[in-house]
This record gives sequence, C-alpha cells and structure tokens, in this order.
Amino acid sequence: MKSFIAYWNILLKDMKNYYLKPPNISWGIIFPFAWMLMMFVKTKSAFNIMDVFPGIVAMSILFGTTSMLAVTITFERKSRSFERLLLAPISIELLVFAKISGAILFGIFNSLIPVLISVFYFKVVVENYLALCLGIIFLSFVATLLGLYISVAAKEVFEAQTYSNFFRFPMIFLCGLFIPISSIPLIIRPLSYILPITYGVDILRFSIGESHILAFGFNLLLLLFFCSFLFFLSITNIKRKWIV
Amino acid sequence: MESIIKAINLKKSYGDFTAVDNINFEVRKGEIFGFLGPNGAGKTTTINMLIGMANITSGKIIYNNENVTLNIKKVQNMIGVVADESNLYAEMNGFDNLCFCGSLYGMKKAYREKRAKELLRIFQLSEFKNRKFQAYSKGMKRKLTIAAALIHKPEILFLDEPTTGIDVASVRQIRDLIKKLNKSGTTIFLTTHYIEEAERLCDRIAFIKKGKIIKLDTVSNLSASVEKDNVVEIVFETNFDNIVLLKNLQYKFHKVVIEIKDNKIIKIISKEKINIVPFINFLANENLHIIEAKLIKPSLEDAFISMTGIDLGLMKKEKERR
Repeated sequence: MKSFIAYWNILLKDMKNYYLKPPNISWGIIFPFAWMLMMFVKTKSAFNIMDVFPGIVAMSILFGTTSMLAVTITFERKSRSFERLLLAPISIELLVFAKISGAILFGIFNSLIPVLISVFYFKVVVENYLALCLGIIFLSFVATLLGLYISVAAKEVFEAQTYSNFFRFPMIFLCGLFIPISSIPLIIRPLSYILPITYGVDILRFSIGESHILAFGFNLLLLLFFCSFLFFLSITNIKRKWIV
Repeated sequence: MESIIKAINLKKSYGDFTAVDNINFEVRKGEIFGFLGPNGAGKTTTINMLIGMANITSGKIIYNNENVTLNIKKVQNMIGVVADESNLYAEMNGFDNLCFCGSLYGMKKAYREKRAKELLRIFQLSEFKNRKFQAYSKGMKRKLTIAAALIHKPEILFLDEPTTGIDVASVRQIRDLIKKLNKSGTTIFLTTHYIEEAERLCDRIAFIKKGKIIKLDTVSNLSASVEKDNVVEIVFETNFDNIVLLKNLQYKFHKVVIEIKDNKIIKIISKEKINIVPFINFLANENLHIIEAKLIKPSLEDAFISMTGIDLGLMKKEKERR
C-alpha cells in the first residue's frame, strides 16, 4: 500500500507538473497533426493513408515520449529533486516505473490524434483493434524506455534532446515507418532488426491488414524483451551513475 | 548512550583517489553530531554513504545495531536528509511540496496534509503555503527543505550545510529549530563550515581532513585539548595613555607578556596561571576604571586550527564561493 501511494503520487505529480501543462498538451495534439498534414501536402492526391498510418502513429509516440523524459528525468536530476525520490523507502525499480508511467500515458495520448483522424476522416479500417491497442501500448513502453536510457546517460536537458535525435531520426528510415524494410539496402537492414520500433510498427501494420514481417505474437514477445532489457539497463545505469 | 549509527572502517575511493579513508565513528541516540572540515574533506561523501546515495568501497554501516551496509533502503524510513542545496520542486507550492514528500513515505492523504500544515506552522511558513517554491526567499526555501525532510518524523536528520548562504534571521531561526528538534528526540547529523554553529549546536564533533577523522570529541574536550597560553583580558571604561601604562605594567609584571588593544583593552599572556588581583589593584591605583576582566579560554576554532592546520577564513570563503 505504501509503495502504491508513492507510485501514484509520483505519477500524479509528473502529470500535473509536466504532462498536463498547456504547452505539452498542445505538443501532443499539434505534433502528430503536423505530421499528418505534412504527409497530406507532400503526397497530394497520391496520399495513401494505409502506407503512412503506422509511421505517423509510431513517430508521434516516439517523439512525444523521448522529449518528455528528457525533462522529467534529466531536469529533475540536474535540479537534484530526483535525489528526493532516490532517498524514499521505495525500490528504484518502482520509482523508475512511476517516472516513466507518465511518459507512457503521454505516448498513448499522442497516438490518439493520428488514429482518430485516420479512422474518422480518412476512413482507415482497423481490422484488429486489440492489435492496434497493444501495438500503441507496447510502442509507448519501448519508446519511453529508449528515452529513459538516453535521459539517464545525459547530464543536461539539451544533451538528452541531442542524444535522442541520434536515435530518433535514423529510426524514421530504419524501422519501416515510411520505407518498407524490404526496400532498405541489405547491408544496413540488420540495423532495422535491432531497433525495437520496427516490431511496434509491424504490429500496427498487422492491425490495419497491411503486409507485415513477423507474426503478431512474436512481435509482442520481442517488444517485451526489448522493454525488459532497456528497463534493467536503465536501472543499472542509474545505480552505476547516480549512486556512485 | 546507545549508538544509532556506527561507521566501521568506512572507505570510499574513486579510482586512485580516496575520498574517505577508513573512518570509524558512532552517532549516539539523541545527540547532535557534527562533521567539520574543509571542501573535499569527505563530509558529503560520508553522508552520501550513510544515506545510500553513494556505494561504499569497504567497511560497514550499522544502524540501530543492524548491519545495513548492503541495504540502506531498509533504513530510509527512519532518516530525513537535507542536502546542501534546497532541492524541492520549483513549480509546486510549499504545501504541495510537503504533501508530495509525505507520499513518498507512503503517508495517507489526510495524515500527510495534517503533518504538512503542522510543519508549515512550526517553520512559520503557513502564510506562504500557496506560494510556489521558486518564489520563496533563500531562507524560506531552506526552511521548507528542512520541513520536507521531517515530514515522516525521522529518527535521524542529516543536515548538510543547513545555513549556508541565507539571511541572518533565517539562520537564527533554523538553529533554534535544530535545537528544538533535538530536544524532542531527533538525532541530528550536521555538517557545517561555520565553527560557531558547530560550537553552539553540536554535542560532539569530528574534525575531518583529507578523508580522515583527525579528532572526535565533545566540544568542551576538543577546546580543552588545545595547548595554549593563559590569557586574561581587562576592559576599561575610557581610553588611556597606552605607552606610559604599558611601560609601567611591563616594569611591574615582567614575567608576563602584556599587549594593549584599541587603547581600551589590556591582554595579559602567560605560560603559567595568572593571578588577576595584583593587576586589578595596580590598575585601580592608576585611576583606571575597569568594566570587565575575563579569562580567555581556548575555543573550538583554536582546537580546529591547531589540529587540522586549516585556515578557517579561507575555508569559509571557499564554501561561500560555491
């Protein structure tokens, strides 16, 4: 019960202090909307929503979660308020989970805009809603954990944002967001398979009946593995770097 | 007195550099224990090891007779920590900051709100409870940070430089609060570079230099351990002709050293005990009106300087520059 009170209040505090602030809510709406608009303008009549839907959803999640974690983790670490959390009688695992919960929810919220626009305006037919929901949830988890890994490594917020871009932009091209993995040169294709976003996008493709690489269940398993790996890697880094 | 914390051969190294070098000490239940030393002496590193913010290289940490070296989390419920910087949440108001800190210890909403109000009253911050932390003055920030560390009623309070860089009124208030807290049963572990603060507040003090404890004792024992000349200071009501008086005094009392300060104070220095009566009689015959005569005892500052060889003024400046 005590741990739950701590968990809930860390999440609540982050929601109030960061995620529910008007600039961040507008980021969550404008950013995915801008991506959709850009695609629409760029492709004009040749715009095929089925091709870009998984990519836009994944990007909205990826950019939203990683950007926010740079603030909630790196900024608090810099201002030393994170020490307060480390001194609380709760496990570091629970504390970190509480800190990333807000970002996961923010990632899910970010994905709602392209999903709603695609379904209600562009009439995208979702064939498997469970797969779509799980795909969004797992993508939010894995993108958040990527952001966590980066944020723990950075000392300053701008550093975290810069490091994030090293990961985020190559992912746009490598994870099958807009370019099918089969079209990526063979020599760099292995990179696509070591990036977790690839499997999240594959689930989203599956959910709307588009061609996909792996089976839905196997994608989920791989994402679960990536989530656990990144979570424990980040915990190890916090213990190694912050409790020196 | 029962010990609440024991550090046994505590060591912390960063590569080749040893920040804390096999130190041993115990903190007794109900006392104010002070750590005094210059920058880089190992004070904060020691605190960090004791509170679980730094891994130890070797040694043991014992809380209430239980070895918690590898699991400090176990005792984090019984400790409150005030870092050397006020590290609450800038965007949150005073009341919410305290309530949030209470929630980290699993305190239920009604209880933590009640406790937050109580602490705001004790720290005289009730009227600022809705003000954002970032809008607080430095002194108010410090007080709220201490209040936050007390939200869960810890048995031990760690205070790292609690009064550095704040106004005089807040310093006095914080020192009074520390005393009151201690009287109510809280054990306090304090680091400070203000020697008068250590002298006024601490029951026992450890002098630390280059990661080693040079001396640990009560304030009175530390001061008494200094080998120093006996000094008597006599203060006069009005100024006097210092050259003539000095000559007369030196002629009459040639076994002691006599110094005159500001034409109003005479300092008598001797290796042996000073009998003050002949001096008073002599000065009375010279028609000088004495308003005070006192024996100057060695201070904690004298003890610190003689044992560590550190220039206190320099140490203070260094700290304040930070």
